Formats: sequence, C-alpha cells, structure tokens
Amino acid sequence: MSKPTKRFASRPEWVGLGVMVLLAVGVVALAAEWVTGATAIGLLAVLIVAVVAIIWTAIMGGLETRRALAPYGLLKPGILWLSLFFLAPLWAMFEMSLSSKKSRFDFFPKFSWDWSNYGKALTDFAPQFERSFIYAAIATLLTLIIGYPLAYVIAFRGGKYRTTLLGLVAVPFFTSYLIRTLAWQNLLADSGPFVSILKTVKLENVMEWLHIMDNGRLINTPAAVIGGLTYNFLPFMILPIYVSLEKIDVRLVDASMDLYTTATGAFRRVVLPLSMPGIFAGSLLVFIPAAGDFVNAKFLGSPETTMIGSSIQDQFLVQLNYPLAAAMSFVLMAVITASVLIYAKFMGTEDLA
Amino acid sequence: MTAAHDKKQKWGRGVINGVAAATMLYLFAPIVVIVVFSFNNPKGKFNIVWNGFTLKNWAHPFSQPELTDALVVSLKVAFISTLIATLLGTCIALALSRYKFKGSGAVNLFLVLPLTSPEVVLGSSLATLFLSRGVSFGMVTVIIAHVMFQVSFVAVTLRARIRGFDWSLEQAALDLGASPRRAFWKVTFPLILPGILAAALLSFALSIDDFIITFFNAGSLVTFPLQIFGASRVAIPAQINVLATMLLMGSISIMVGGLIIESRRNRLNNGSEAKG
Repeated sequence: MSKPTKRFASRPEWVGLGVMVLLAVGVVALAAEWVTGATAIGLLAVLIVAVVAIIWTAIMGGLETRRALAPYGLLKPGILWLSLFFLAPLWAMFEMSLSSKKSRFDFFPKFSWDWSNYGKALTDFAPQFERSFIYAAIATLLTLIIGYPLAYVIAFRGGKYRTTLLGLVAVPFFTSYLIRTLAWQNLLADSGPFVSILKTVKLENVMEWLHIMDNGRLINTPAAVIGGLTYNFLPFMILPIYVSLEKIDVRLVDASMDLYTTATGAFRRVVLPLSMPGIFAGSLLVFIPAAGDFVNAKFLGSPETTMIGSSIQDQFLVQLNYPLAAAMSFVLMAVITASVLIYAKFMGTEDLA
Repeated sequence: MTAAHDKKQKWGRGVINGVAAATMLYLFAPIVVIVVFSFNNPKGKFNIVWNGFTLKNWAHPFSQPELTDALVVSLKVAFISTLIATLLGTCIALALSRYKFKGSGAVNLFLVLPLTSPEVVLGSSLATLFLSRGVSFGMVTVIIAHVMFQVSFVAVTLRARIRGFDWSLEQAALDLGASPRRAFWKVTFPLILPGILAAALLSFALSIDDFIITFFNAGSLVTFPLQIFGASRVAIPAQINVLATMLLMGSISIMVGGLIIESRRNRLNNGSEAKG
C-alpha cells in the first residue's frame, strides 16, 4: 500500500463524513443552481469520483475501515434525498422570495433582491399571521389541559390496559384528516346536535358571552376553528406526555408522600417537573402544524377566520404570486423558529432534544 | 391522615378519571358521526343532515368513480413512497443506533427539521423548486414529496424503537463464525422487523392522509384527500363515509393483529426464558 492510501485509511471516519457532507452540499448546489453549465458538470463529475473513491476505499480497506465507513454508507441515500427535496427547496424558496417579475410579460419571476415581498407579506397579511399564532397558541394550551389528564390516567391507572387505551387514542386518527374535520362540520352545524343541546338547556347566552357562539351559531366562528385544531392535534400532545409519564418511577411519588406532602404537592413537585419533556415536545408537535394549518379554517371557519396557511396556498396556487407566497412561508418559518427558541429557553430545557 | 383528607383525595381521583373519560369521548365523537352517517340517506348532495337509515351506500361503496379512482391513486402513491421511505429510513435508523460516529448529532438535528416545519412551508418550497426547474407535477412529484417527510418519520420512530436493542447478539453471531452479512440477516433483521413494519404502516397512513403537501405538488393528479377537498364544495356523497369507515376498519384490524402477534411473541419469549 502506498503512503497516502495508508493515511487515508487511518482516518476513515473523517473520509466518510467528508464525502457525505460533500455529496449533500454538492447535490443542493446542483438542484439550487448555485453552479450552472460547465461548472455544474464538473461538480457532478467530482461527486461521482467521490462516490467511486469511497466505495473503493471500503473494498480495499480492512474490516476496521469498513466498520468506520458503514454508518455513512447507510446514511447517504436518505440524507441525499433530504438534501435534494428539503434543503434545496428551502433555498429555491428563499431565492423566489427575493424575486420579482421585471415586466408584465415575464412568465416567471427573476431573482432581483426584491425585499418588497417581505414588506407586503408583513403588512397585507398581518391579521392572518396574528390569527394563526393566536389560534395555534390557544389550541396548544387546550390540548395540554385536556390531554394531560388522559395521558396521566393511562400512564398511572391504566394497569394492563395501557397499550389498549393508548391504541384507542390513536384509532380516530386512522380516518382521514379531512373527513374528521368534515364530521365536526356535521356536529357543529346549525341543525347539529351541539346547537340543539345548547338551545334545550338554554346556555346560548353564556356561550355568546364566552364568544364561543356567534348569533346562535357554533360553526364558522373562531371557536370552531380553534376547536378543530385542538381536536386534530390532540394525540400529538397526549402521546409525548404519556411517554414521559410512563418513565416516572412511582416510588418517587411514594417517597414524597412518605415525606408528608399532599397528593397535589406530589404532583406539583415530582410528577409535573418530570413530565416537562413530554409537555415541551407535545407543545411543539401541536403548535407548529396548527400555525400552518388551513383545513380547519376552511371547513369550520368563515372568511374572518382565514389563517396564514390558507393565504399562502391562495397566493401560490390561485394568484400564482410565487414570490409573495415564498416570502410569507419564510416569515411563518422564522416566527415559528423564534418562538420555539424562546419557548425552549423559557422551559430551561438543555437535555430535551 | 384524616377521613376528610381521604375523601378529598378520592374525589380528586374521580374528577381526573372523569376528565380523561370525557376526553376519550371527545376523541371518538367525529368517528361515531362518520360511521353513523355512512348509513344516512341524504336528501340533497350534501351528507350533512340526518335523513333516515339506509344500507344502499354500503351496498354500492364504489358507485362514485372519481372517489374510487382517487382512493386507488392514493393507495398507489402510499405503497411506492412507503417502500422507498422505509428502505432509506431504516438505513438511517440503523446507522444512528448501531454505530457511534462523528456528525451523528448533526444528522439527528437534520432529521427532525422536516418534522418540525409547517406542512405549508414544506409543500410550497418543494413546489417552488419543481416550478423553477421546470419539473412537471404529477405522481412522481407527489411520491418524492411523500418520501421526503416519511423518511424522517420512519428514521425517528424506528430509532426510538430499537434504542434498547442488544447489539451483543450480533456480536455473538460473529463470534460463532457467521459472516457480518449473515449475522445481520439471520439475527438482527428478524428482531427489528416488527419495528420496521410498525414504522412503515404509520408512514403509509401518513401518506394516504396527507393533504397540504400533496395539494402543492399534485398538479392534475387527484388523491383521495384532494378529491374530498375538491368535492366538499359541490357535494359530499355518503360514499366518502363508507370508504372512510372501510379504511378505519382496515387499519384497526391491522393494528389489533399486530398487537396480538406481538403479545403472543412476548409470551413465547417469556415462556422459553422461564423454562431455560
């Protein structure tokens, strides 16, 4: 063996990692058209050479080399898929959000550092953004309030029926998302069961006062949209909380009781802090999809409850204003990322991910 | 402890159990509606108001060709994308749980990103890429989009499932003279297979049910959720409920079957351990 090959083989994990990163970046560069023409062909050639080289190293190297390279080999197909169809699209969208049509006859917008799309997204669609985040936040809080007791009961009182009960929580979600939401349309309709029950027990005024009902209607109100969001994302709250509760050693609770705390005290000081990771994960899993959702707003809401997801879809698929839709998506993502970071800081969670 | 205290505690227990039971009912309310309304005899085109019991929807579940076609398209897409995603995702999960290597933290983070991005962003960004590169929309783009979120999902759930896997079993097979390939296929693979199947099933369900990402990348292709969405403005036939109930029954029986097989397997394992 020649000397460079030996040095190569003595650090196989660096070679593996290096080639993986090179391939991922290269693929993004090609798809996002950072390089074009002859350079692109050159890059493609480099990538192919890298793949051939790594396979050759694996074949020629010993068992140790192969073992060090194995994880990168296993990762590569999936990582490349995600680079191509998750990272490169984000770049394409970023580029699109700064593009504009030069003239009215341009078929496709061109990249031109046009920041006005962001200004438009933030001013024209401020109410939709605001609504989305408020609705999503309320829905997250509601799923926590109604999901926690269920997760608690299954984890601590489920006994041998735990798995069955957990399965039951998942069952409704094997029906289509849209059909479930349509079913809520039936339930909340003016002639539906909830309205008639509320009318029989004469609670309409209370409901109106709580802003749940609007002119005797349950459907097409903000409350209906929030209710739909709460329903549709509830399991994403229940399951992580259950997982974190299930891990709790019951003897810790017993110990706190032996030390003369009340049941409430034991819950507040032992169970609740230990279930924080579940609450954290659950909140993210509910808040993020809820903020971007538009199905509930469309089926259960009215034009006054339009959420940002709906506006993005409208700009993209109906108005064909791709730059504006891209800018809106970016703002949505930025706000969500920021709120997740603030939330993580607030929860003081270092070891949660 | 006083009797009053005891009573208060019992009362508190009852309240929590009550809330949990109410939540269960809440979870099932729309499901009951879906199943009940599959027996409805709707007056107009919208199956929203109860108008009398009938079996005719169940007698002709496939009488709405657009709906049936869309369901077939969805099943096709889900089958292909699940196959690809399970293969890619399993490889990632194996790499992450089997080996310690440089960069695993970054890979973990990278995998979680698609799962924590809103679907509108995933859908619209992918559609932007396809648009600006002149890719025409259709089944291929939908499958690509589905695989994209399924890969992360399979990798993350499977990694959680095989976290406690005893890798020394594979080592034992190697020590007994098996080749690495044989050790993997004869020892490791059969043991993690249930986890792979479970992850594949869930991601199959995700694919069939996906609406938002598909909406952006479908072009003229119509999947089951897209058909329901499009039709919901002009007509909601009772066949939607029939097909939904069928899908529900199918997935429940697969799930129950899986649970039974797993518990039988556990009992067998425990039995042999007790004997040994």
